[in-house]
Amino acid sequence: MAYLELDRVAKQFGAQTVVDDFSLSVGKGEFISFLGPSGCGKTTTLQMIAGFLDPTRGAIRLEGKDLTAIHPAKRGLGIVFQSYALFPHMTAAENVAFGLEMRNVPRADRAERVRAALAMVGLAGYEDRHPRRMSGGQQQRVALARALVIKPSVLLLDEPLSNLDAKLREEMQIELRQIQRTIGTTTILVTHDQNEAMSLSDRIVVMSQGKIEQIGTPQETYEKPASAFVSQFLGKTNDFAGTIDRTVSPTQLVAGSWRAPAPAALGGPVTVSVRPERIGFGDTGLSAKIITRIFQGNHWLFQCDSECGPAIVIRQNDGTVQPAEGDAVRLTWRPEDMSVRARAGA
Amino acid sequence: MSAVAEERNTRAPWALTGPALMLFVGVLLVPLAMTVMLSFHDWGQYKGIEPVFILKNWKEIATDPYYAEMFWRTFRIAILTTLLTALLGAPEAYILNRMSGRWKSFFLLVILGPLLISVVARTLGWALLFGGNNGLVNKLLMSAGAIRFPIPFMFTETGMVVALAHVMMPFMVLSVWAALQRLDPQIENAAMSLGAGPLTIIRRIIMPQIMPGVLSGAIIVFSLSASAFATPAIIGGRRLKVAATLAYDEFLNTLNWPLGAAVATLLLVALVLIVVGSNALIERRYAEVFR
Ligand SMILES: Nc1ncnc2c1ncn2[C@@H]1O[C@H](COP(=O)(O)OP(=O)(O)OP(=O)(O)O)[C@@H](O)[C@H]1O
Ligand SMILES: [Mg+2]
Repeated sequence: MAYLELDRVAKQFGAQTVVDDFSLSVGKGEFISFLGPSGCGKTTTLQMIAGFLDPTRGAIRLEGKDLTAIHPAKRGLGIVFQSYALFPHMTAAENVAFGLEMRNVPRADRAERVRAALAMVGLAGYEDRHPRRMSGGQQQRVALARALVIKPSVLLLDEPLSNLDAKLREEMQIELRQIQRTIGTTTILVTHDQNEAMSLSDRIVVMSQGKIEQIGTPQETYEKPASAFVSQFLGKTNDFAGTIDRTVSPTQLVAGSWRAPAPAALGGPVTVSVRPERIGFGDTGLSAKIITRIFQGNHWLFQCDSECGPAIVIRQNDGTVQPAEGDAVRLTWRPEDMSVRARAGA
Repeated sequence: MSAVAEERNTRAPWALTGPALMLFVGVLLVPLAMTVMLSFHDWGQYKGIEPVFILKNWKEIATDPYYAEMFWRTFRIAILTTLLTALLGAPEAYILNRMSGRWKSFFLLVILGPLLISVVARTLGWALLFGGNNGLVNKLLMSAGAIRFPIPFMFTETGMVVALAHVMMPFMVLSVWAALQRLDPQIENAAMSLGAGPLTIIRRIIMPQIMPGVLSGAIIVFSLSASAFATPAIIGGRRLKVAATLAYDEFLNTLNWPLGAAVATLLLVALVLIVVGSNALIERRYAEVFR
């Protein structure tokens, strides 16, 4: 049963369609990420849920009730903005208390909930600090506490971690996930960082140019990308041009000197996608030459020049001897590790 | 080598700022010092200015209630003008800031446009509209039967405040405008998402944040109004004098330069004290918003 439901939502600014045919149903307690490149309409979609923008078409429902009919101030959603949008003239505690004041929560009760919210995000003792005197990470936590203290039905996060440095971002990701797990608030996170989306979410909505490319668990979107866009956007991938040869029996998929039994549905020119970590060095397969070999601690990164164009290979540093730069190698992978799509225009 | 370079380094800033510094000393500090000295000189109807050091002028200002009343009027007008510009200018800037692109630039131009017109011309405009029986508005209202006597405007403090507020408005609007630009563009949405209505947002979120802008605008407007000459001269004439017009009169009509210098000096000192003092107060009060 869907908790939050977006039904064919679209948004136009003048003649420009920014979000189109966006349908999604979110279960209660689920953690969803909107992932996509800059300008693909993530913020616009989030703002429509929040009520700062009205959808041009479509419906948004929360527990079956039409959300668009409710004023943004009455929706009871918690929102964390990319810039945090803290109230600079109020202390951390006053910032967090603001939403409770608006709900007429009695003073004593309010103080207790503010204290608990700040403690939850690890800011106990910072009650009387003003935002300007806090670090980016601390401001971020205040913004999160302020959004959560009102016990929102849905938590909306618009690139909340993008202003933080890499290390702090990772810490906050873990913390965010823990907090979300503990209190079980339905959460939608906007991000253009695929690692963030994959490590945090139950499901990812991959968007491109205002349209949904794929909805799926992190593993599904990574391993079974529904389109070339998804496979390119989520992590590195190798695309090899191949053909399906139906003149031989059984029919064969051929990419350079690599060949395997062809999948049933397709024929003619195809694109074969393989993740770099799924490619190994063998005795048969795509012939290639290693251009560079980069040591990265727990793994090796090889950049190769293959018969079907450039290829990237990642090998675990498991102690086995690895080929050197300039070596001629054969690239091979298991048929179940690749995804094959019909190649247009060839 | 390095010693030469270092010497040049210490000399370079002086050489570069020298011309401006000389101009500053020559046209500001020296005349100012001379004015202060002038205020201690003696003056007589027939003997003219005598370069002696006496406290006669200062004693006269301190004891004659005429001066106390005149200074009190000057500051009363300046305060009322400041209040009026703040009351009208702050909402004006806020509304302006919420307008969309094209209208915003158009109305900003409308607000700043008057700065291009001379203060004298703008004030004379008020005189044309409300100047006694012949003022355009007065005539219109009287012939329409709305009023029986012309609205008193010329030679009144109210008139002076209204005309000054009109002249000073751009400074207040610009100052508040600058404060509004510093607001986080999502701050109103943030407050709204927490359940605040439009009035609460203005009162609890916007006002406290633009207060420093209103106050710094108020300092500008106050000091400009207290030392304004053209507007009080036209509206108040010689009947309703303020410090600046009084100093002018002493210099050019009575020819009592020392007394005029004393009035001017006192106005300057009072203004500097008020401005510096209130500025310090504001900065301390709003430290967290500025930093
Ligand atoms: N008020 C507006 N008027 C006109 N066009 C707009 C408006 N707001 C957004 N757009 C356009 O809509 C598109 C999507 O914007 P949106 O902010 O949703 O992107 P985003 O996915 O959040 O990107 P980013 O990752 O950069 O934040 C952009 O091309 C943008 O130019
Ligand atoms: Mg965005």
